[in-house]
Amino acid sequence: MSFISYLINGVSLGSVYAIIALGYTMVYGIAKMLNFAHGDVIMVGGFVVFTIVSSLGLPPVLGIVAAVAICTVLGMIIERVAYKPLRNAASPLAVLITAIGVSYLLQNIALLLFGANTKSFTSIVSIPPLKLAEGKLMISGETIVTIISGIIIMVCLTLFVNRTKAGQAMLAVSEDKGAAQLMGINVNGTIALTFAIGSALAAVAGMLLCSSYPSLTPYTGAMPGIKAFVAAVFGGIGSIPGAMIGGILLGIIEILGKAYISSQMADAIVFAVLIIVLLVKPAGILGKNIQEKV
Amino acid sequence: MKKYHKIISSVMASAMAVALFAGCGNAADNGNAQADDNAAPAENAADSSNAGAENAETGGETAATENNAGGVIKIGGVGPTTGSAAVYGLAVQNAAQLAVDEINANGGINGVQIEFKFEDDECDPEKSVNAYNTLKDWGMQMLVGSVTSGCSVAVAEKTAEDNMFQLTPSGSSVDCVKYDNAFRVCFSDPNQGMASAKYIGENAIASTVAIIYDSSDIYSSGIYEKFAAEAANQPFEIVSAEAFTADSKTDFSVQLQKAKDAGAELVFLPIYYTEASLILSQASTLGYAPIFFGCDGLDGILNVENFDTSLAEGVMLLTPFAADAEDELTKNFVAAYKEKFGDTPNQFAADAYDAVYAIKAAGEKAGITPDMDMSAICDAMKAAMPQITLDGLTGTGMTWDVSGEPNKEPKAVKITNGVYTAM
Amino acid sequence: MDKTNSKFKLSKTTKSNLITYLIVIIAYLTVQLLLAGGHMSSLMEGLLVPLCIYVILAVSLNLTVGILGELSLGHAGFMCVGAFSGAFFSKCTQGSMPDMLRFLLALIIGAVVAGVFGILIGIPVLRLKGDYLAIVTLAFGEIIKNLVNVLYIGRDSDGFHFSMKDSISLHLKEDGEVLVNGAQGITGTPHDSSFTIGVLLILLALFIILNLIHSRDGRAIMAIRDNRIAAESVGINITKYKLMAFSISAAIAGVGGVLYAHNLSTLTAQPKNFGYNMSIMILVYVVLGGIGNIRGSIIAAVLLTLLPELLRGLSDYRMLIYAVVLIAMMLLNWSPKAIEWKERFRETYFSGRKTGKSETAQVSQTGKGVK
Repeated sequence: MSFISYLINGVSLGSVYAIIALGYTMVYGIAKMLNFAHGDVIMVGGFVVFTIVSSLGLPPVLGIVAAVAICTVLGMIIERVAYKPLRNAASPLAVLITAIGVSYLLQNIALLLFGANTKSFTSIVSIPPLKLAEGKLMISGETIVTIISGIIIMVCLTLFVNRTKAGQAMLAVSEDKGAAQLMGINVNGTIALTFAIGSALAAVAGMLLCSSYPSLTPYTGAMPGIKAFVAAVFGGIGSIPGAMIGGILLGIIEILGKAYISSQMADAIVFAVLIIVLLVKPAGILGKNIQEKV
Repeated sequence: MKKYHKIISSVMASAMAVALFAGCGNAADNGNAQADDNAAPAENAADSSNAGAENAETGGETAATENNAGGVIKIGGVGPTTGSAAVYGLAVQNAAQLAVDEINANGGINGVQIEFKFEDDECDPEKSVNAYNTLKDWGMQMLVGSVTSGCSVAVAEKTAEDNMFQLTPSGSSVDCVKYDNAFRVCFSDPNQGMASAKYIGENAIASTVAIIYDSSDIYSSGIYEKFAAEAANQPFEIVSAEAFTADSKTDFSVQLQKAKDAGAELVFLPIYYTEASLILSQASTLGYAPIFFGCDGLDGILNVENFDTSLAEGVMLLTPFAADAEDELTKNFVAAYKEKFGDTPNQFAADAYDAVYAIKAAGEKAGITPDMDMSAICDAMKAAMPQITLDGLTGTGMTWDVSGEPNKEPKAVKITNGVYTAM
Repeated sequence: MDKTNSKFKLSKTTKSNLITYLIVIIAYLTVQLLLAGGHMSSLMEGLLVPLCIYVILAVSLNLTVGILGELSLGHAGFMCVGAFSGAFFSKCTQGSMPDMLRFLLALIIGAVVAGVFGILIGIPVLRLKGDYLAIVTLAFGEIIKNLVNVLYIGRDSDGFHFSMKDSISLHLKEDGEVLVNGAQGITGTPHDSSFTIGVLLILLALFIILNLIHSRDGRAIMAIRDNRIAAESVGINITKYKLMAFSISAAIAGVGGVLYAHNLSTLTAQPKNFGYNMSIMILVYVVLGGIGNIRGSIIAAVLLTLLPELLRGLSDYRMLIYAVVLIAMMLLNWSPKAIEWKERFRETYFSGRKTGKSETAQVSQTGKGVK
């Protein structure tokens, strides 16, 4: 019985990783950059909802809309100011470092605006928990909402990328920027759109993260951000279903590792599993292994 | 072209060097920052050297003012004001400033005003030493800091070398007060672990105990170890001891599940309130309601913004300070703190407030004057500290040992109806 | 030095290397002069050893990122291994041999242990490419940090005791002493690091790396970076050379770690000093200084270590401004537009000079690095 409840806990944690990883993988897949600031956009989303719902007392729907809107705009501004000038830099590492700078910047702005004190986040989910086996097992409303939103986002993203013109443009840009431009695709616009979507997803992830684990500080996003990055790599970075699977698996591994091996070494176990998976499948679970051409 | 780059490099290097060597007092700061903005991109050689020259001038001025303390006693503070431990450092900074302002308004130490300056250490021992050195350059004569244990240990090494008087408000690990110039306001980790185990045992609160602690944190693992060792002598049994780390501190379902499965009646939480608030809410989701018992790190849990205090109902903690205590001193302090900084002060704030007043008391006893150098002040303070008795926020009739440890009684409090009540 | 220059025609690379050494030596002499004159602020004096540590780390990571061309996000892990093995050795042998000899041995032990870890981790890791390699190195760094945090070693009359749980399970006797105490780490490491030793170690690291780059092995390593398949086809043993660069880089990072451990009296493995944050910070030095540009790494490491200290006057806004400056520096140093603008600026004001290959162009040429 305890195994099943651990499993359920693992899925709850994993669903949060998954929803963050979706945004991560989206940006990586198209813009080919590791956006280290993604976790901090999540934190911004959390703070926007907190301010509107808990501090101003307005309805949660308004908070959700505002968080998505603000994060989308923020994502586009970050892309325009900090990443775009480096798109053609001599090394792709340059933009990675700028992303770290942006991450520090967002954390410190939040620190100045909201202070360092922990805020307790009021869950935006009002669904009651699902009780199984005479109440011995319980799946929280947050988990249900997170998983459902994760699946909806996954399906929508897949459809968007494969079925719409803008989505096809994204694929083309990710494949070959130069060729895409020659085909008349607005590369800058497409990448800006990618960041807008990625950041909107971060806002959603922020709300759900804070609803499941209701503690909010300026550094809330950093660690889940890194874990989600690991999850995205785990599932095959760039692959949308991969992010979902990677996230949930990571959560399950973390919880089971804690439960059955050692709670002190939970991080080591998670990372060790990641290493083993990558050594067996060097491009992640669902990643495409591209053969290098001469 | 290469030569040009070399010139830039050397000009930059020298600009930086001049900026630094010139000292980093107050007056030089703006100039320094400017120099950096200009020099950093390695754009304009002329610009950089100008900025460097500017700096040399401003720096010279500070150096001149530094040596005469100008009739004030300079107290420095070190602690994290940015980074994930910022909440503790900021509390110390604010409360110490509050105490200094009060003392100054009431005539200072022996009639001498205090000047207080606080430097950020990001909770990194290396940065802590940098912060300490910055304050030394400013002319600091006594130190309140550092806030966290690791940083305090690193700084203690330097204060011992310099013979600088150090009073850490909240550095709780054993080594923080290893040297005779260092004192502390809070309890030591072993002391808290021991006291908690004894309290639970003597009052027969529970017979089965589970522990959830942060194995990557000095404070938490220090208390845990002493608690576990002392538990062997007490009439209760530890049925589960699970850890978490700084990198995985959002989900506590496993730790709680294990405690529940082991049938623990009490869960001991030698951790800070940020994580504890998550543990409480997850325990309630799990439908697990043991007695939660914590140490001073748990204080502040009721002040987490927007926190549902009903979750904390029945939580017990051993703490020397409670923000809603009814005594005059606490009431005034909490009101003043709230008015000035908009937050309810926590344990760290109270420790810092007491630290400044302890310095005042010892300073008056020792008869320190602004023209004494830090080493002379340190010797005088060292001798005076064990002689003073302080009625502070964190204890009445506090005294200090020569070893640096405070003698005060922890109060056991229980949260009922969203407020602390003495047990 | 100038005289030698005029007498013998030195090759361009030798000259460039000598300049790098000279910069370090001149910086050292200047500091010594200032110290002797008493013109040094305590802050700066305290920063000297950390500066050496970060320079060593930056230079060593540049070997992996710039010369080998693989992105590593686990460099702090090697530093951690070096720091703990060196400090452990010092703690065990404190008092039983002369300080200098003990510190020298600690440095060697730190380097060797970190180097061995480099090989052990390198064998599986270097099969991967690009971001996957980056994430796996990050994972290894985090594993090392996590394991060090649960490592307990004690010593009593029966010898050493190990545990991965807590110090109670060491079952030490009364006379026992806990040497490595989990999260509380090692306290009371002797304070052996000094600026002079730091600079000597920088010079040693430079000597090793610069010689490696300009040797046959170094060219083989760079050939792998530039085109792995071509390199393989001319018979270069890819695994051997990759491992060579990776483990040397790790060993030098280990030396940096030993220096770190002997500078502060407390050594704990926190996310701040040995986590991925630190690995990324070292990477920032390398990228800002120019990938593959050793001298640039030195300057960037010094600059970025000093920057937050210089910004102290801004109190609350310090880290905010630091972030802004970091972004601005990256944009100015790397964005093609800014580079173009700088070129034009140089041409206008320094038109007398030969505008050959610009520094940034050189960086990009040697810095194909990480793909």
